Amino acid sequence: MRPRAGSMAAGALRPGEFLIETLIRVLGFSTVGFVLLIFLFLAREGIPAFFEVPASNLFGQRWYPTYGMFGTLPLLLGSILVTVFAVLIALPLGVATAVFVREVAPRWAREVLKPLIEVLAGIPSVVLGFFGMTLLAPFVREVLGAPTGLTAFTGALLLAYMSLPTMISVADDALDAVPRSYRDASLAMGATHWQTIWRVVVPAARSGVLTAVMLGMGRAIGETMAVMMVTGNAARLPRGLDALFRPVRTMTATIAAEMGEVARGSAHFHALFAIGIVLFVLTFLINLAAARSIFARRRRGGLR
Amino acid sequence: MVEAERGSKVRIEGLSYEYAGKPALRNVDFEIPDRAVTVLFGPAGSGKTTLLRLINRLNDPVEHTRMSGRLLLDGQDLYAPGVRVTELRRRVGMVFALPLPLPLSVRENVLYGPRLAGARDRLRLSELLESSLRRAALWEEVKDRLDAPASSLSGGQQQRLCIARSLALQPEVLLLDEPTSGLDPISTAKVEESLQALKADCAIVVVPHSVQQAARIADRAAFLLSGELVESGGPQLFTRPRDKRTEDYVTGRFG
Amino acid sequence: MNRRLVQRLGFILLGLVALIVVLPILLVVGAIVVRGIGAINWEFLSSMPRAGMKEGGILPAIVGTLMLTLGTALAAVPIGVGGAIYLAEYARDTALTRAIRLAILNLAGVPSIVYGLFGLGIFVLFLRFGTSVLAGSLTLAIMTLPVIISTAEEALRSVPADFRTVSASLGGTRWQAIRAIVLPQALPGIITGIILGLLRAAGETAPILFTAAAFFLPRIPRSPFEQTMALPYHLYVISTQVPGMPARVQYGTALVLLALVLSLNVVASLIRRRFRRKRQW
Repeated sequence: MRPRAGSMAAGALRPGEFLIETLIRVLGFSTVGFVLLIFLFLAREGIPAFFEVPASNLFGQRWYPTYGMFGTLPLLLGSILVTVFAVLIALPLGVATAVFVREVAPRWAREVLKPLIEVLAGIPSVVLGFFGMTLLAPFVREVLGAPTGLTAFTGALLLAYMSLPTMISVADDALDAVPRSYRDASLAMGATHWQTIWRVVVPAARSGVLTAVMLGMGRAIGETMAVMMVTGNAARLPRGLDALFRPVRTMTATIAAEMGEVARGSAHFHALFAIGIVLFVLTFLINLAAARSIFARRRRGGLR
Repeated sequence: MVEAERGSKVRIEGLSYEYAGKPALRNVDFEIPDRAVTVLFGPAGSGKTTLLRLINRLNDPVEHTRMSGRLLLDGQDLYAPGVRVTELRRRVGMVFALPLPLPLSVRENVLYGPRLAGARDRLRLSELLESSLRRAALWEEVKDRLDAPASSLSGGQQQRLCIARSLALQPEVLLLDEPTSGLDPISTAKVEESLQALKADCAIVVVPHSVQQAARIADRAAFLLSGELVESGGPQLFTRPRDKRTEDYVTGRFG
Repeated sequence: MNRRLVQRLGFILLGLVALIVVLPILLVVGAIVVRGIGAINWEFLSSMPRAGMKEGGILPAIVGTLMLTLGTALAAVPIGVGGAIYLAEYARDTALTRAIRLAILNLAGVPSIVYGLFGLGIFVLFLRFGTSVLAGSLTLAIMTLPVIISTAEEALRSVPADFRTVSASLGGTRWQAIRAIVLPQALPGIITGIILGLLRAAGETAPILFTAAAFFLPRIPRSPFEQTMALPYHLYVISTQVPGMPARVQYGTALVLLALVLSLNVVASLIRRRFRRKRQW
């Protein structure tokens, strides 16, 4: 029953302070206002697309705006393809690195790894896209025999690396939340450190790992520049597994690449905004799920 | 009689208080005289700290509480609408159980209250600084270090700094909640000494950390048990208590 | 014996994985430094682009990025710090507060290109600012808000509650406690958060694509209502839209952007470390 220290002097205001406190309250509510504004303006320019373009077209398989075809399916599938593979690559790498840093690495290694991962988190996506274009894509072309190096796989690889800092950080938190008693009990029963890690600690951190996956996906789906520069930008419907090694186009890259040349107010313009709505809603749902899982974990005491 | 000469500074009338349905104070009637050291003692959980915090209204933001009865300072109801809490707290100062220096220099700590109240005059402020530190028996030890961070002082010095800090507002009542718990015997002695000097200027209410301390410093004492005021009186409360419960506590049969 | 061997191998494997994660980082930074350093000279950093941007310098892009970052700071810092003060010091556990926190989480997750669309819709078109430094800064500011609010709130909360109690017991109002004690003590943490948010904003391309960026504008913008070149957009353009661009120029531009962002990162870390050592509690 401890008092909230801050409000101990509530109701004791001088006029100047009243203004300041009102201003602070307004600023506090502003974030809600901004979210609503974003949705409002996306809808304003995006909803008309649903009236201008028949549904069969909008959900069709061909995206050729110059011919009036606004089939968003290839874009959606392109995003999903790249995102799913990015997470598939990033998850084992991220968990393994988190485990290494936390459980295995000697002190000096930790001091080197942590700043490097922070550096990765700070590299702008356009710089990574540039690197991907000039060095990674040719590498993929040579080594994996893809016709150009600009493929979904290249994009997935790049995205995986970009998601790593987030994943490592969340995985690290999840591992941290596992109580010492679990480890101690396992070791006391004669298990090696290695066995303890994989049979006790990591399974106990399962839900945290799930959160990491969701957050990684949210980031990956929303990434624009890096993906745009390495996936080849062919708005083709990905078919079969070898689509992974062919060019593809994501929703984000489509908006970025085409909005510059589009006539304002045209059907194309509205269609791009409509794709924006889809992105907004998708990432909102993913992040909501991730947030729920974080809060649920905290309430349950950090486990499972 | 000596007691009748001292006017009453704070009057507590029929005060009951509960937190979320659990009673913390039951129908307490008590008078705190001016210019004397009054001691509120009793076992843990008996409501002493709660009572103290109700006098300077530090419990205001706590939710799910119920209060009945009155607290009067110089005859004024402290909880009447229109009472300015910030004003009240300048007249009723408080020192806490742990030394809590603000993350500022010694000087800034002491002058925090007066500055917030609008005092600007440099001369006045430096006089206030010295007199408050002297009254808290700290001046000699810090006069060359006024701009050092308060956190660089020892525990005993920090607590005396907190006393000086409250004194700088020249309060009419000074509340001290176990001010010497955790302090070494020398600092404890210094604090108890200064209380005797301070009572010339204001009403002092202390929650002691032991019965021995209570017996050492009290001009007037009240024994609280489970929120109830069992008995009150002068220092003879410790040698010739009227109530059996008081006697049991004072003699150490329970604690 | 077998188990120990497994453990040994396992640890080595994990180490290899960590290496796989870390080596490309060094590779990226190394490649850009090595191939770009040749282009860096005073002329490159201080003159206008010439000859289809293949020669000359990238001054307008550098200045443009600095202007956009400054504009972002001017808009995002007051709103962000104010919002953080509200959440840390005034907000109680009500539905409204939960809605605010959800909104912040939401804003943090919105894709950068969607911010670009939003900026286009509201600042460029609806408010008629046109493609301008103003529109770009405001768009980046909203994008940076969640970072600033989160770190600032954490910094404010880390200041011990006891200080507020003491201030109140000395007759201080809530705002006086914030102004005199809480805010100054939280300032290093808040500044770290602001720098981290700004360095992200400086490196972003998507939000400024349709709100501020100009393809080729060989002069410093004279007012916030003008378009501007910017480093991230410039890098994108010279690596994808201009045939025959010398690789050295591309890498040089990438190096300048990378250096800017990474040095801000280092500054933020230094502030954070120094703050931790000098704390008075």
